[in-house]
Amino acid sequence: MSTFIARRFAFALVTLWAVLTLVFFIVRVVPGDPAQVILGEQATADAIAAMRTRLGLDRPLGVQYIEFLWGAVRGDWGVSLVTGRPVVQEVLAVLPWTIELTLAALVIGAAAGIPLGVWAAVNRNRATDYVIRLASLLGLSFPAFVSGILLLIFFAIQLRWAPVMSTQGGSFSAWLGALALPAINLGLIMAAYITRVTRSAMLEVLGEDYVRTARAKGVPWRAVVWRHALRNALIPIITIVGLYLGVLIGNSVLTEIVFNRPGLGKLIVGALNQRDYTLLQGMMVIYTFVVIIVNLLTDLAYGAADPRVKLK
Amino acid sequence: MTGTATATLLRAFNTNKTSWAGLIVLLTVVALAALAPWIAPHDPIEQDIFARLEGPSALYPLGTDQFGRCILSRLLHGARYSLFIGIASTLAAMLVGSLIGMLAGWYGGRFDVVVMQAMDVLLAFPALILGLILVAMLGPTLPNIILAIAATSVPAFARIARAPTIAVKEREYVEACRALGYSDARILFLHILPNIFAEILVMSSLWLASAIRTEASLAFIGLGLRPPIPTWGGMIREGFENILDSYWLAMAPGVAILVVVFALNLLGDGLRDAVDPKLKGES
Repeated sequence: MSTFIARRFAFALVTLWAVLTLVFFIVRVVPGDPAQVILGEQATADAIAAMRTRLGLDRPLGVQYIEFLWGAVRGDWGVSLVTGRPVVQEVLAVLPWTIELTLAALVIGAAAGIPLGVWAAVNRNRATDYVIRLASLLGLSFPAFVSGILLLIFFAIQLRWAPVMSTQGGSFSAWLGALALPAINLGLIMAAYITRVTRSAMLEVLGEDYVRTARAKGVPWRAVVWRHALRNALIPIITIVGLYLGVLIGNSVLTEIVFNRPGLGKLIVGALNQRDYTLLQGMMVIYTFVVIIVNLLTDLAYGAADPRVKLK
Repeated sequence: MTGTATATLLRAFNTNKTSWAGLIVLLTVVALAALAPWIAPHDPIEQDIFARLEGPSALYPLGTDQFGRCILSRLLHGARYSLFIGIASTLAAMLVGSLIGMLAGWYGGRFDVVVMQAMDVLLAFPALILGLILVAMLGPTLPNIILAIAATSVPAFARIARAPTIAVKEREYVEACRALGYSDARILFLHILPNIFAEILVMSSLWLASAIRTEASLAFIGLGLRPPIPTWGGMIREGFENILDSYWLAMAPGVAILVVVFALNLLGDGLRDAVDPKLKGES
């Protein structure tokens, strides 16, 4: 097990280095001189030169690269070109919003998706199964901004149950009101994915010998399904849901835009629009960290759940 | 396509009604898109300043937008862009990704490990963020958008092509080819590709759905083809700006995207069940 973990860690480190290198060069390929972009068309040559020095763009590429890697490792990701605040601060300011939304969506997704998936698997190829499968396929066909806009039109504009714009601070009910629609939007799409994953994981487990044994010795069917089968299906469910991180992040970006909610997604879109190139670089580093850490945890969970994985 | 692949796909169709439904809806949309210049009631960028933000009427069946343009006409023409970008980027990703996956599976060893590790990282990176960054950097033109969306789905095809290549590589007929002294390229393209083609084709319908969704998402964020070109994502973006007083503007293109993506998912899901019953219902 320890060699397996060590190897996954080594892989994660190499991957991290490769992606950081890629990010460094991608950002430097952006057309246009960042100094010119910050100062505008009217800037004098002197001012541009001074800005280039401030940004460290006048130094050799190799030096910039080493400093970038060293900074990335220490958590120093530079200063936003637009606001002048450190990238870390910019990110930390909106991070709680994104975490709150993501967790709420995962809870909704699991609370709806796991029971539906189990129900579909138990009723395989019956009407219930077909309805659940069609509904989950419809759910994951929704672009997050289309479902978000539909929710907004129906609940915020027609019924006026929720605010059209998210508000910061205020009472608990205001907080809940602002979180509800974005979380439901993201949560329903997650539920669609989780339903499908749960269904197939359950089908796999329900075919196992120990399920037959449990039934043969007289364990009630409900207990077999919920206690024996679901428990064993949960780990593959968790690891596969980990693989949907990318989908979840993409959908949360769209959800934040539709509901005008602060968060990492709005931050990165703002950085792109304003050509805030250090903020953009920092955000890509953060996404890379998140992706690699979740991948590593997924691999480890998978290895722990299935000893055969380690042998490969 | 060889006999085996065709037979597999035909069997898939005969056993799955939802695949049929998906295919029929998809073909209808393709036909409407192809005929758009002839069946659209108006020019998609023609402005009628006396009929702005109007509801449905005989003249404008789905109403007009804030510039007085016919929503139905824009929707029909927009289908051409959505489908073209989706199909072109999926084809590009299919070609490049399958080639990478086949080579990785065929040669194995360290080459396989390095290439697939790179693909896994790319696969794990949020597709929308990658697409956003690429389009923002390169500029929102038709080739760049196709390139960016293709880049996000290359790793998926590499994975799909690699596994069956490894499985097929050990079969007797491939060993026979080797014994006959055939080149690697000949074995890969004439003997292995036909046998894994069905799986690649099935996955491409699911990825086409994803490509169309990504294109619409990019356009919604403002990184689609420049206005006044009608794209579904762009129409939703414009409708969203007027959501408080004219919420129906965003509804028509939103439903259009949903219908096409759902049809493709139905088609791909049904086909995959038939090609590999073990995967039934997996996502």
